[in-house]
Amino acid sequence: MTTTQELTLKTEPFILNIGPMHPSTHGVFRMRATLDGEVVTDIEPVFGYLHRGIEKLAEERTYTGIIPFTDRLDYLSPMSNNLGYCLAVEKLAGVKVPERGEYIRIITAELQRLANHCVAIGAMFNDAGAYFTPFLYMFRNREKIYDLFDMLCGQRVTYNYMRIGGVSQDLPEEFLPAVAKFLPQLKKFLDEYEFFVKQNEVFVARSKGVGILSKELAINCGISGPVARASGIKHDLRRDDPYSIYDRFEFDIPTAENGDCFDRFYVRVQEMRQSVRILEQAIKQVPDGPFRANVPQVIHPPAGESYAHIESPKGELGYYIVSDGSIAPYRFHIRPTSLINLGALRNMVRGWKVADLIFIFGSIDITMGEVDR
Amino acid sequence: MEIDENKDYIYDAHELDVHEGQIIEKLKANSQKSIPDPDGWLDEDIKRNIVLTSLDWVIDWARRSSLWPVACFPACCAIEMMAVEGPRFDLSRFGMEILRASPRQADLMITAGTLTWKMAPNVQRIYNQMPDPKWVIAMGTCGISGGIFRSGYNVVPGYNKIIPVDVYIPGCPPRPEAVIYGIQMLQKKIAKSKAVPDLNELPNPLKKGKK
Amino acid sequence: MTTALAATEIVSQLSAQFPGAVEEAGTDAVLVKGEHLPAVVEYLKTAAGLKFDYLNFITAVDYYSYFEVVYRLTSLEFNRYIVLKTRCYTRNKPSVLTLTGIYQGADWQEREIYDLMGISFKGHKNLKRIFLWEGFDGHPLRKDWNR
Repeated sequence: MTTTQELTLKTEPFILNIGPMHPSTHGVFRMRATLDGEVVTDIEPVFGYLHRGIEKLAEERTYTGIIPFTDRLDYLSPMSNNLGYCLAVEKLAGVKVPERGEYIRIITAELQRLANHCVAIGAMFNDAGAYFTPFLYMFRNREKIYDLFDMLCGQRVTYNYMRIGGVSQDLPEEFLPAVAKFLPQLKKFLDEYEFFVKQNEVFVARSKGVGILSKELAINCGISGPVARASGIKHDLRRDDPYSIYDRFEFDIPTAENGDCFDRFYVRVQEMRQSVRILEQAIKQVPDGPFRANVPQVIHPPAGESYAHIESPKGELGYYIVSDGSIAPYRFHIRPTSLINLGALRNMVRGWKVADLIFIFGSIDITMGEVDR
Repeated sequence: MEIDENKDYIYDAHELDVHEGQIIEKLKANSQKSIPDPDGWLDEDIKRNIVLTSLDWVIDWARRSSLWPVACFPACCAIEMMAVEGPRFDLSRFGMEILRASPRQADLMITAGTLTWKMAPNVQRIYNQMPDPKWVIAMGTCGISGGIFRSGYNVVPGYNKIIPVDVYIPGCPPRPEAVIYGIQMLQKKIAKSKAVPDLNELPNPLKKGKK
Repeated sequence: MTTALAATEIVSQLSAQFPGAVEEAGTDAVLVKGEHLPAVVEYLKTAAGLKFDYLNFITAVDYYSYFEVVYRLTSLEFNRYIVLKTRCYTRNKPSVLTLTGIYQGADWQEREIYDLMGISFKGHKNLKRIFLWEGFDGHPLRKDWNR
């Protein structure tokens, strides 16, 4: 910028419309970017291209009938969405989940975190310019996790697996051995990826110091998840507000200091390692017994309100439900992790080039289904 | 240009938004009826059989063997579409490995995901930007009829309200095998189509004075 | 475990600081009068020993006779949370004071409530529809909204 001022070169501000149908906007995100030459001076995000009105539709469905909607919110991690919603309803209705059900939930939620981070990291490299090759490597692992979920519920993307009071079906016999076989493979792959990437000069040059998000700004914007932890906020709901049975497992919360794109990548890889650690503990402890509490299909929770939040792969995912005692919620609100995580994008991209804008945006890891709902 | 923290946008954002709203309202009013299948005439077997030439066959073979899909992935089905492109299912075995980011280089649109009224003008624009001949596959229940979101206030009940659709693939989302089967169905459909126009319908320069 | 701040504790503190601001104190939420809301939130954010620096979410509920706007604040340092509520008793152009000056994260969530519930936020710099287009008829999350 100093050179521009010294030469007193004045350029007309130029408005570039990116999206809504653009290969690197992770769905149908749109921004109106104001450019000075190639430097981004301002962006205005425009939302609503995938606004399906889930909050209104949910007011006409029974409590069990809402679970398929939650699958399609953050379609990169449907299991976590199911879990958060079921926790909120269980809190409202006072349902106790049996032990085996809790363990199955933890195992699926952590596998989902691995699957989500696979796509998050792969798509981030896509946006960095490594078109599709790292993405396909990452998708190789995701396919293996798809197979595991396919075994559980017969679906590949939208599982609809969890129920109020447990899960819909018991684990098949071959599931736990398959997970145990998959984890060492994944660890090996993670080492490989990390080696490739940390050695890659191009990637390091493009990501270190780019798109810095300060700790103060992250807190002020309400940012959560790996993006916040990369900025040095050691906050993880699995530890700070343990839900389900997370207090029984040993795991670390990886954080980084700089809050740049490299740190966001690095925190995600470390988080995958911690998820593997949790899974290794969980699959050894799964008890026998019922997998679901005896809850009817149509429930009438008492009038009142409840908020349950979980640490989804993207951050704090919360469900706020107001009940009036009938079979459908009176008000159903989702705390959209992706929308709130985007809150600091405008501050993060100012002064960077257009190519960095795409990369910084990719490093936040959002899903438009959750942004627009 | 200086970066001013407190500066408003340099354009009139409200004007742009109002203009966009008008486009959506106009499209919504004009597209309450479903557009029929553009190749519906294919059922007229007799007509087709008479004019089928070897040139037709060659052109259809070339067209069906290298379909290039445009990236039009609004929602959840995009993940399965990526899996179809991915290492295990590998769509490139069927001659369509290149996902084009620009609609001007594509001839197939795989509409993976829910369409909202706000998105509809953009999808129609992408369709109009694709060069002829072009085909559309509606992937997933949302693309066919709106699916579980059909009663939503912002959801278009099916892509065929906006653009003509050739093949419908059910599923929420469809499995990759189903997508590949759907694309093969489209290839069979293209094989039947008539690339060379019907001579009787063309203006005949030899017959002067007669129409 | 994130624990709720006991309502009685915070209410006495708030009443001393802002007389008349607290309308009602339930077991899990504090009902604050609309005109005092930004001052109360500013106090909760900065006061030593409270430090509610993290805004979890904002939402609004339509109860026919009034709209209720719900704020959930968390203190990352002390690992505690508090739920604040405020009410507007008019259906015709209800409005609340904005929190965008205190939390940047409130910006889009307030726009969302304006878009879907029709509650305007006084002092918000860029209050316009976020999900639906300009010219959309009505606010769909209201209970009396009909297509």
